Formats: sequence, C-alpha cells, structure tokens
Amino acid sequence: MAKRRPMTIAEKILATHAGKKEVEPGEIVEAKIDIALGNDITAPLAINELRKVGAKKVFNRKRVVLVMDHFTPNKDIKSATQCKLVREFAREFGIVNYFEGGDVGIEHALLPELGLVVSGDVVVGADSHTCTYGGLGAFATGVGSTDLAFAMITGKLWFRVPQTMKFVFRGRLKKWVSGKDLILHTIGEIGVDGANYRAMEFSGDTIRRLSVDSRLALCNMAIEAGAKAGLIEPDETTEEYVSGRAQRRPRFLRSDADAEYVEAREYDASKIDPLVALPHLPENTRPVTDVAGTPIDQVVIGSCTNGRIEDLAIAARILRGRRVSSSTRLIVIPATPHVYEEALRRGYLRVFLSAGAVISPPTCGPCLGGHMGILAEGERALATTNRNFIGRMGHPKSEVYLANPAVAAATAVRGRIAHPDEVVRH
Amino acid sequence: MKIKGKVWKFGSDMDTDRIIPARYLNTTDPRELAQHCMEDEDPEFAKKVRAGDMIVAEKNFGCGSSREHAPIAIKACGVSCVIARSFARIFYRNAFNTGLLILECPELVDVTETADVLEVDPSTGTIRNITKDRTFRAQPIPPFMQELISAGGLMEWIKRKGLV
Repeated sequence: MAKRRPMTIAEKILATHAGKKEVEPGEIVEAKIDIALGNDITAPLAINELRKVGAKKVFNRKRVVLVMDHFTPNKDIKSATQCKLVREFAREFGIVNYFEGGDVGIEHALLPELGLVVSGDVVVGADSHTCTYGGLGAFATGVGSTDLAFAMITGKLWFRVPQTMKFVFRGRLKKWVSGKDLILHTIGEIGVDGANYRAMEFSGDTIRRLSVDSRLALCNMAIEAGAKAGLIEPDETTEEYVSGRAQRRPRFLRSDADAEYVEAREYDASKIDPLVALPHLPENTRPVTDVAGTPIDQVVIGSCTNGRIEDLAIAARILRGRRVSSSTRLIVIPATPHVYEEALRRGYLRVFLSAGAVISPPTCGPCLGGHMGILAEGERALATTNRNFIGRMGHPKSEVYLANPAVAAATAVRGRIAHPDEVVRH
Repeated sequence: MKIKGKVWKFGSDMDTDRIIPARYLNTTDPRELAQHCMEDEDPEFAKKVRAGDMIVAEKNFGCGSSREHAPIAIKACGVSCVIARSFARIFYRNAFNTGLLILECPELVDVTETADVLEVDPSTGTIRNITKDRTFRAQPIPPFMQELISAGGLMEWIKRKGLV
C-alpha cells in the first residue's frame, strides 16, 4: 500500500472528516461537521435560509448549538425579537443545546467548558472567533449564516484544504506575558491578512507550558491575521482538560514530523513584552511601555478572548486592595456562568467590587459595541477583547487599545496605560 | 451580460464593522442594513450611492467578523459589484452565498479612482475602466464556486441535490 503523504494536524482532521486517507492543500473536500454553531446575530439569518428551502429538521439535534450571547440580556426590542425567533426555532426543531438566560456564556468560552467541542472536531460557527477551539486541537472555523444553514441541514460543509503556517515559540515567558501577547506578537509580525486562507499552527516549548485558557485566547485571534483556523496540537494539558468534560470521544491528532508547511517562523518568546495593539488594527502592536501614560476612559476585562478564570485571577491579583482610578471606568465580564461562580467562590468578585468595578453578566456586549459599555465620541478604551477597528466599541471617533488582563487591570488602577510592574511591587 | 457602474474607492483592510457596524445587527432586514452601509467610513455613503455603482477597494476587503449582513448591506444599497486587491476569507464565501458579485483584480485597483466608470463582464472576468480607457482581467473564480453560482447559490444547490 502506498504510504500516505505526511500531514499537519489541520489536514489530518479534515481528512478524517472527509472520509479520506489523505488530503492536500488546495483540494476541495466535503467534511462532516461535529458542531454547527450560531448566535443571536447570525442564527436568525441562517434560520431564515433554512426555512426558505423548507427544511423540517436539522442533521442532529445535539450537534446544532445556539448561544444567545451578543446582545443579551436583550438590549432592545429588535434584539429581543431576534432571540425570540431563534428560541421558537430551537423549540420547534428540538435543539438540545440552546443557551440563554442564566445558562448563557460567551459561546467560545462556553462550548469548550461544557465539553461540547472536543479535540479532533470539525466545528463551523457563524462567528469569526470560532477558531478559538483550535486551542484544543480542533479544526474550527468561522462561516457566514448561509454556510451555517447548509451545515445545520446536512451536517456537512465544503472546504478548500488550507496551507498551514507554523509558528514555533521557544523560551520562558516574562512575567505578565500570556497567550494573548503571543498572538498579538504574531499578528504584529505578519499583519491582519498575513494568514488569509491559511491555517496557523502554534508549537514549541512555550506553547506546551501554556494553560488551556491561554491556548484558547491565542487561537481565538488567529482570525485577526485572516486565518481559516488556528491550532495547537493536543498534549497532556489538553487531554486533562478535555477528558473531564467531553460529551463525545475526543481524537488527539498531531502533525506528522515531516508534514509540509507553507512557511515556518520561530520566535524567542522570552523576549516578548506585554503588548498593546493600538487603534485601529490588531497588527499595530507595541510593547506596553511604549504607550504607557496614555489616558484611558474605560477598561474592559472579558470577551471570548480573555474572560476565563485565569484572566479574572490575574486581574484580581492586581486589583486586590487597590481602587480603579477616578478618571476611568472598569467593566469586568466573566465569560460564562461557571467562570462567574468560580470568581465568586474564589473571592474575585469582591475584589472587583471593592476596587470600584462594574461586574456584567456574561455577554459579548461592549466588545462589538453592542451594549454594556459603549464609548462616546473621543473616548478611549483599553480592552482584553480582540478587535480595535474604527467604531468597534461605540462612536466612530472612539478608540480601542487591545491588551492582556494584567495590563488591563494595571491600566484601570492608573487611569492610563500602565505596565503591571508599575502597580504591583515584587 | 455586461454591467456598468460608477466607482466608490476604499482603502485597505475595510473591516466588516465599517461595512455594517454591529450596533445595527439587531435586524436582518436588507433595506434597513443598507441604510447604514459603510457608515463609520463615510456617513453619507448610503445616501450617495446609486443602483449599479461599484466598490473598488485595496487589500483584505471584508476582514473581521463573519457577519453575512456585510455583503447583504452592500448588495441592498444597490452596489452591483465589489472589486478588490484581495478579500478576507469569510467575506469571500459570504459574498458568493448571498449573490454579491466580487472580483479580485489588483491591476485595476492600482489605476482606478472614485467616480471612474467601469464595465464588467462577469462571465469572462473582463473589467474595462472606461474613464481611463484600460482593460483588465480579474482572477478566475475557483471552479467549485462557479458550480455553486451556476446552481443559483449554496441553498439552491442543496435543493437540487435533494439534501433537504
């Protein structure tokens, strides 16, 4: 039997789901979908499409996941109407994994936490940050609502197998540097379309030492380099995380040693500082010290990038016994009900309240300028979110700076962009 | 059939938040979305644009969110075609799925300015800048996507294949 070609993890996952021994970049495949995801903004369009073609059922009632997280708790009548449309659809079609109210979390924090997505999956979501699940070693990609409708009906979707770019990080991270900084560094290097149509694979000893929360944050922003997917090979850390919660059997696939990469880059991670992405593109990265002192009106700690327990832990560490500056507002958004409860149990919420922060229920809210913290003309925010496009968090003449939770917490205390070392004495 | 239209030129990395800001995503109504198309880039765009006009843009048009509302808004405000140096991946797929004509043609982008008049032949990918009297050939559309287009889009294809 002919030996199959060596493959990257992205290629292997697509091959297993296309029922093929091997696939190669450029090839069009029809792959089985493990999870098809929609939210309160994108699901209504998908449902309209699905009804237009007269579909009476979805491919699998457990594998279609609908999360009402963007404009919830419903911010206005129109948003409430959108959620109602999705809710009625979920009831009519018997969708098992429909989330709203007290069950809702930000989708890309919620699905891994509940074990709904597992290693080795092919996941499509009508949300660009679906690539987050690559942190568990899944092939996960954002699609539009029509593609979602197709996947909801057929359980399949066509893909052009992407070329893979490899990013190897070596060395111990400096204090206060996290997965967020590694991805900001990468985007700063290759630009916002540096990985367009491609898969990004992150590896090296630095990545091996990252927590799952940090890996998810890293892969979350692969789309900010234009990538189709961002992946980290599963290891013991992944297996430990996934095994305890998986609702299906995971497949821990790894790239072959001789797999082909379109490009490979290696970074000395020990030289990377906590970074800030300046308005209005995530590629505008600078070490935090370069922009320290910039006055900030609002700090947001949350989102599908950085609203997990590790993120709140680091923020609480910096904010404990300190006050948010009188010249800024701090909004903390635990990403899921579980994260919220854990933050309560560990005393973080009391720390945030004592510091003068607002604590929001889980929602995407301000990240996309939806609600719960919109900026006025001329205001400037620093956020742990993923996009700093023009008007992203409110008025077209407002600004967003992106950073990790440690920088965000230190900035909230100072009222201006600050390195955590400025605030926390060793 | 050839289409003719006047150009509105945009720069690089026109993200979907600028094409249709998220604050208007509480509806799926194309007419309503059209009223806010390109609002944060040019607040008057939706009022100025005329049926048949074309968008010409630099690299990475449609980067960012997966919102299909972006091509829907562009199409519903009357734009007949978007020609860019390159498109972001999700937007590219969404444009096909929503029936918005898009073409990649860096050479045309180099010479084209706002208010130029273009003539596009979608069947051959030939684009003529009438104002500048120059003719270009767009990048060919991948064969699989051509198949989808000739089937009338992804959802028509699904019906034809009897997958519903």
